[in-house]
Amino acid sequence: MTGPLGQRVRRRAAPSPAAPSAERDEPAHPGSGPGGTPLLEVSDLRVRFRSRGSVVNAVQGISFTIEPGQTLAIIGESGSGKTVSAYAMMGLLPRTAQVSGSIRFKGVEIVELGERALQDHRGRNVAMVFQNPERSLNPTMQIGAQITEAVRRHLPLGRQQAADRAVELLRMVRIPAPERRCHEYPHQLSGGMRQRVVIAIALACEPQLLIADEATTALDVTTQAQIMDLLLDLQQELGTALLMISHDLALAASYAEEVLVMYAGRVVERASARDLFDRVRMPYTRALIDAVPRADLEPHVLLPVIGGRPPDLSTVTPGCSFAPRCPDAQQDCRQQAPPLEEHEIGHWWACWHPCGSEAPGDA
Amino acid sequence: MPEMSPQTPAATPVTSPAGTGADPAADGDLLLDVRHLVQEFVVRDYGGAKGGVLQAVSDVSFELRAGETLGIVGETGSGKSTLARSVIQAPPPKQGAVIFQGQDLVGLPPRAMKPVRRDLQMVFQDPFTSLDPKWTVSRIVREPLNAYGLGSGRERRDRVNSLLELVGLDPAGYGRRHPRELSGGQAQRVAIARALVLEPKLILCDEPVSSLDVLVQAQVLNLLEKLRSELGLSYLFIAHDLALVKQVSDRVAVMYLGKLCEIGPVRDIYRQPLHPYTLALLTSIPSADPPAGKRDARTVIRGELPSPLDPPSGCRFRTRCPRAQERCATEAPRLRALGADGHLVACHFPLSDAPGTPDGSPASAGATAQDAPAAVRR
Repeated sequence: MTGPLGQRVRRRAAPSPAAPSAERDEPAHPGSGPGGTPLLEVSDLRVRFRSRGSVVNAVQGISFTIEPGQTLAIIGESGSGKTVSAYAMMGLLPRTAQVSGSIRFKGVEIVELGERALQDHRGRNVAMVFQNPERSLNPTMQIGAQITEAVRRHLPLGRQQAADRAVELLRMVRIPAPERRCHEYPHQLSGGMRQRVVIAIALACEPQLLIADEATTALDVTTQAQIMDLLLDLQQELGTALLMISHDLALAASYAEEVLVMYAGRVVERASARDLFDRVRMPYTRALIDAVPRADLEPHVLLPVIGGRPPDLSTVTPGCSFAPRCPDAQQDCRQQAPPLEEHEIGHWWACWHPCGSEAPGDA
Repeated sequence: MPEMSPQTPAATPVTSPAGTGADPAADGDLLLDVRHLVQEFVVRDYGGAKGGVLQAVSDVSFELRAGETLGIVGETGSGKSTLARSVIQAPPPKQGAVIFQGQDLVGLPPRAMKPVRRDLQMVFQDPFTSLDPKWTVSRIVREPLNAYGLGSGRERRDRVNSLLELVGLDPAGYGRRHPRELSGGQAQRVAIARALVLEPKLILCDEPVSSLDVLVQAQVLNLLEKLRSELGLSYLFIAHDLALVKQVSDRVAVMYLGKLCEIGPVRDIYRQPLHPYTLALLTSIPSADPPAGKRDARTVIRGELPSPLDPPSGCRFRTRCPRAQERCATEAPRLRALGADGHLVACHFPLSDAPGTPDGSPASAGATAQDAPAAVRR
C-alpha cells in the first residue's frame, strides 16, 4: 500500500517489466509459487547512503529467501539495517540510496525496476505495515476512502464495488460495525483499530508478501497480542507470506517460524525460532535474549548487559563488527569477519567462537 | 544563593525517611500515601460546551514506603501517567490526598510545592522531548541546582560531573554535547542524572525505557536498579510491560480504565494473579520460549478499552472480562484483601477463590467471593 497518500498516478498497469500481472490470478492460495521457486530471493543486498562526504553502509550484503506462506522475522536494534532492507524490497528507498545485489520477487528483479513498475509491485506483490498507524493514515480522509484508493489503484473495480470491498476488508481485520466505521476518520479510532485499518489497506490487493515493520511496537501488550493473532490468522486465510521486522526477539520467536538476527547491516545468525532459543550460537543473539526482562525472573535481579554501542556504519573495519562489544572476542575476530555459514542444518551463524560448549570449534 | 536554603528539606512535619537504601523490604517509613485520588478532565465539545467528564483516575489509593519501588502497569488510557502527574500536582487532582513525607500536597500553593519537588522528581518516556534541545548536557543537569540555589559554582560543577559519572557518561566527553548528539540511551541517562541531582527521595518514572532498544533498555534498567540500592531511592515505576515492571518492583499495581484492579507484592501478583485482567496482561507477554509462547497457551482479551468518558457500570473491566456476570454490571467491586499478605484485588470473581494461603484471606470490604465459580486457571 505504501502510504496511500503518495499514489496519485492513475494509469493502468503499464506493460513494463513487472511480471506480476501474469501471476496474479491465483493470489489467495498457500504455496502458489511454482515448486521450489522462492517468493522472494534476496542475495548479497547492499545499501549505502552518501551524506555530506561520508558513506553509510546501512546494509552490508544480506541474503535470504522467503517461501510462499512463510513467516520470517528479522530482528535487530535500531540502525541494524532491518528497515532499510525492507524498504529495498518495497522499492521505497530514496534516490540517494545506492543499492547493489539482487532482490527477486518471483524471479523479477526489483532493484532495477523503474518507479512506474514499482508502483505496481507495491501493494499487489508486497505490502507493508508501518510502525506508526497515525503516520500511515491520512488524517483528513475517511478510512473507507483510504482503502478504496488502494483497491482501485490496483484492481479494476468500480466505485461501489470498491466500497463493498472496503467494508469486506474492515470486517476481515475484525473491526466491528465496518459499514459505519468506513465513514469515520482515523482520529476516531484507537491505536489498535488504526493499525487494523492499515493492515486492511495493506491486504486490499491480496499481496503475496506482507512486511510488518514493527507493526505492534507502538501498541499495548494486549493489543499487540490481538494484532499479531490477526496477522497470523489472515496469513493462514490468505496464504500470504509474512516478514516481521522487530526489535523484540521474544515477539519474533513466538510468532515466526524462522528468525534472522541482524547486526550492523549484516545477518549474524539465522535459525528456526526454536533453535535460536535452545541453541543460540552468536554471542550477540545471546546478549539480546539475556537483556530482555522476563516474568519468570526474580525482582531486582540485574540483567546481563553488554556495554558499548553498535559500530559507526560509515567506517569499515576489518573483522567481526560485534567484536568490540563481544565478551568472547579473540584476536582473530578483529582481523577477519566471519562469514554467515550453515553450520548445522537450518542454523546459520557468523561467528568464529560461537556460544555453546558442545559447539565444535570453528573453521 | 537565592532564597531556598539547601538544608531545609521542605516543610516536613512528620517522618523524614533516612533513605537507608539497600533494603527495600516492608518496614521503611511511609513515604507516599495516596488516598482516594480522583482526577477528571472536562472535555469540551464544539463552541466550548461541556461535552463530558473524562474520568482519568477514579478513587485510587496506595502507599509507598521509603526504599520501595511500586510498579504501575496498565494499557494506554488506563490512567497510569495521569496518576503520576497527579502525584506531582501537575495538575493537582480533583479529589483525594497525596501525602508525601507527611504533608498533603493537594491544594498546596505553588510556592510551597517548590521545596517538595526537590524530593520528588520525574523521568519521562521520551528523553528528547523532556530535555531542552538548545542546552548542553551539563547545563541541563545543573539547572535544578541553579533553580534551588544550591552550592557554589564550583560545587555545582563537581556535582554535575559526579552525577554524569554515576549514570555512566564521561563528563569531559558528554558535558558539552547537546541532546541531539546523544543516542536515546544516553539522553535517558542525562534525564536520570537531572532527576537525581537534587537527591530526591522519590522518582516517578513514566515509561523510562519504553523508547529504548533492548540492550540499552537493560543498561538503563540496571542503572536505575543500581541507583536504588546505592542511594536508597524509591521509584514509582510506570510501564505497560509486566515483565519489565517485575524486574524493578517490590510491589505492583495494575490499573484499568482509571481504577486499581489489583495491587500486591510482586511475587504474588506474578505467581497467583487474582484479577482476570492481570492474567490477560501476563499471558499477553510474548514469551522468549517459543513453545510456551505459542498462541493457544494465551488468553487474549477481546475488544477495546471502553471510553473513559462513559466507563461501564459496575466493574469497568466487565465488558472484556471472560468471567463477567450480572453482578459485575451492577456493583463495582471494591479493593479487598485476598490471598497473601498485602495482596488486594477488586473483583467479584477473582481467579483463585481458595488461594494458597487460605488463612490469610480476610475478605474485607463487605464482599465475600465465595459465590464465584470454580476458578479454572488457564
